[in-house]
Amino acid sequence: MAYAVPKEAYNGKVLNVKFGKAPNAVSIGGENAMPFLSFEGEIPNKPVIAFEIQDMPPDDWPDTVKNQFAGVSSDPVKWAQRCQNELKAQAIALRLISTHPDRENRSPQDAAKTVKDVLSAINIPLIILGSNNVEKDASVLVAAAEAAGGYNCIIGKAQEGNYKTIVAAALAHNHKIIAMSELDINLAKQLNILITQMGFNKENLITDPMCSALGYGLEYTYSVMERIRLAALLQNDATMQPPIAGDVGMYVWKIKEVSASESEAPLWGSLEERGIAWEALTAAAMLIAGTNLLIMRHPKAVETVQKVIKELV
Amino acid sequence: MALSGVEIFKLLPKTNCKKCGFPTCLAFAMKLAQGGVDLEKCPDISEESKKVLGEASAPPIRTFALGAGEKAVKIGGETVMFRHDKKFFNPCAIALNIKDNLSDAELKKAAVEVANSEIERIGQKLRIDAISIEYASNDSARYEAAVKLIASAAPDTAIILNCKEPSAAEKAVKAVADRKPLLYGATNDNAETMAGIAKANKVPLSVCAQGVEALISLTEKIKSLGVEDIVMDSGAKTAKEIIEHNTQIRRSALRKGFKPLGYPVINFALRDDSTFEAALASVAIAKYASIVVISSIAKWKNLALFTLRQNIYTDPQVPMQVEQKIYKIGEPTDDSPLLITTNFSLTYFIVSGEVENSKVPSWLAVMDCEGLSVLTAWAAGKFTSAKIAQFIKDSGVEGQIKHKNLIIPGQVAILSGALEEKLEGWKITVGPREANGLPTFLKSRTA
Ligand code: B12
Ligand code: SF4
Repeated sequence: MAYAVPKEAYNGKVLNVKFGKAPNAVSIGGENAMPFLSFEGEIPNKPVIAFEIQDMPPDDWPDTVKNQFAGVSSDPVKWAQRCQNELKAQAIALRLISTHPDRENRSPQDAAKTVKDVLSAINIPLIILGSNNVEKDASVLVAAAEAAGGYNCIIGKAQEGNYKTIVAAALAHNHKIIAMSELDINLAKQLNILITQMGFNKENLITDPMCSALGYGLEYTYSVMERIRLAALLQNDATMQPPIAGDVGMYVWKIKEVSASESEAPLWGSLEERGIAWEALTAAAMLIAGTNLLIMRHPKAVETVQKVIKELV
Repeated sequence: MALSGVEIFKLLPKTNCKKCGFPTCLAFAMKLAQGGVDLEKCPDISEESKKVLGEASAPPIRTFALGAGEKAVKIGGETVMFRHDKKFFNPCAIALNIKDNLSDAELKKAAVEVANSEIERIGQKLRIDAISIEYASNDSARYEAAVKLIASAAPDTAIILNCKEPSAAEKAVKAVADRKPLLYGATNDNAETMAGIAKANKVPLSVCAQGVEALISLTEKIKSLGVEDIVMDSGAKTAKEIIEHNTQIRRSALRKGFKPLGYPVINFALRDDSTFEAALASVAIAKYASIVVISSIAKWKNLALFTLRQNIYTDPQVPMQVEQKIYKIGEPTDDSPLLITTNFSLTYFIVSGEVENSKVPSWLAVMDCEGLSVLTAWAAGKFTSAKIAQFIKDSGVEGQIKHKNLIIPGQVAILSGALEEKLEGWKITVGPREANGLPTFLKSRTA
């Protein structure tokens, strides 16, 4: 029987976002085909993985991943240098978790200082994340954006409840933004529209439709991402064309599967490998659903996903 | 390709005899077009029409069983490209590949490991579904012995005979024909002989080709030789080949109704690095493989792969649920705190996990809300004060514990007043909004 490879005709294209400073700036997005289908489109950039670090010791991380950064994790500068120099990170995601009112409630000024210290110690791109407290992030990320002026960072996450101040700060200091909504394609679209209506260029935007860990709602994230990508490419929906971010580490490293010991869960096997696999598989699923930028924690999980990426492009 | 009602009508006897249970042939035709009735209901339809209609109404991807007996798994039968379009139906079978030149003890150990791989997760029993036995010894007697040994050590597990040498394959198939092994496989060089063996022993046959297009002539040939249950290996090895080949195959079958590619797909995701192999296998599972073969299993790896498969194959319209009841977490006494949540399995697992983390023994009342999360159930009117009050009264928890204090999720704090009115004598406490606040919350209450 005569056979023709069935190709999809896409009208749209994912926007290309470049962050960081030369010579180590990084580009994501730019593809005009569904994930990794190069037989029917162009995929100019590989997905990028950023190593997550925090501005206070990661006491709440399970040992499996915490131990990887023993000796450096009490100092974000050393931690960042370790990721850059030894782990060859392409980018770093600094989470200002200490600013959360339930943690140390540190001030925006403290956060700004941490940002400056980290930026002067590395030469790879920096993603600056708040503590996910909507009210507090509104001031913390503004101070962080100012402190990082000139570094072309990604600032996040702007949410429905706080995007106005964050977007204004990113505009003033020339940063990119991660816009996050909660697992709903319409909310993602609406937030992108609200942000661009403030005069923020959509080419500086990254969408985070909210990640979820393997076994804890991964299927929702997976399908929302696929739908966002289909809207961007097939319907040429300009509001859905920013690249997608997957904040994998923070959702994975709090669930039971990555912390229950072998004696607690004898049927689950080695805790060490279980945790690594959990983060790697969650990230791999996000990649094939359309994620362009992953934020991850465990070096071995990152290494595994890098191998997958190498085979995918 | 699907036929319209009118096209089907033209092939019917047009006598309106009503034997099918429909008033007219046209009514029957319309129902057939929607797939709502079986062709066999019309006793008078000609053989010729039956053939045309049978082909046209066959599902775009053939469905059949891998293995025999209770643990046989259904493969194929998918109808959509994206799970949100409807759902994925028949979860990808996971198979362990074993070489026949290992020692008997090693073979047995591996087979037993597969046989004992079952884990329960969110109420489903999940396991490694099949063993692929690779003909590496180049000795047909050894192969047959290895196959027999594995078959008896893993008595319910499906078998894949990974052997392209017809004489060795034939002996092995005969030895375990009652297990309905999948014969892997037919190539350009051996297709006729392999088809003969598969047909004579009534087992499914996998074709192996280099590339998607090369599969077509093979499946057509095998089918013309009388084998219907076919599996396809396009030779995809890398993550990229897996995604691209499998996408092309599924699109051809679903969008074009292209029959020569309308069969389940098998992918070999073999790698030395076990974690990497797991990641690669998950790519195959998400992207349309019906069988994925891996080279090593371990408990942690199985758990991760089973969970991924479960996520990808859940019905996007019908969330996974847990049973409505009062669950014990730790060893609660009649003094221990009582919390309430909904029966969405994700909610239940997160909340029960956090209560467990708190190390405070507790009672967790899980209410049937058709598998919706707390806020969704509330918004849908299923987690209301009246319904919660009724559930608490009917649950018998009042006889189990001696206090009357109920902790509700922080997200539905708004319910607390109305609940106190409806549940006489009860005190309602609003818990944290996020379950991860539960350990601190519970510990501070008992301190
Ligand atoms: C996925 C989803 C759906 C899925 C259903 C998934 C499911 N099985 O429930 C679908 C698509 C079907 C759906 C439908 C609807 N949804 Co909906 N949905 C969501 C979404 C994106 C995620 C829900 C989820 O899975 N959460 C995860 C689970 C684990 O959370 P949870 O059960 O609340 O549990 C957490 C806490 O409550 C806490 N917790 C749980 N139990 C307990 C117990 C105690 C004691 C304590 C202390 C804490 C605690 O711990 C958990 C983790 O922190 C949310 C948005 C969001 N991100 O919340 C909207 C959301 C819940 N949906 C909403 C609405 C309105 C609806 C609809 C009515 C209409 C619509 N928008 O489509 C329908 C109703 C369904 C119906 N009629 O049948 C609204 C609710 C608005 C409101 N505040 O009332 C939300 C918030 C979205 C929004 N912002 O508009 N939805
Ligand atoms: S049984 Fe057949 S011939 Fe009779 S009415 Fe039905 S479709 Fe027509």
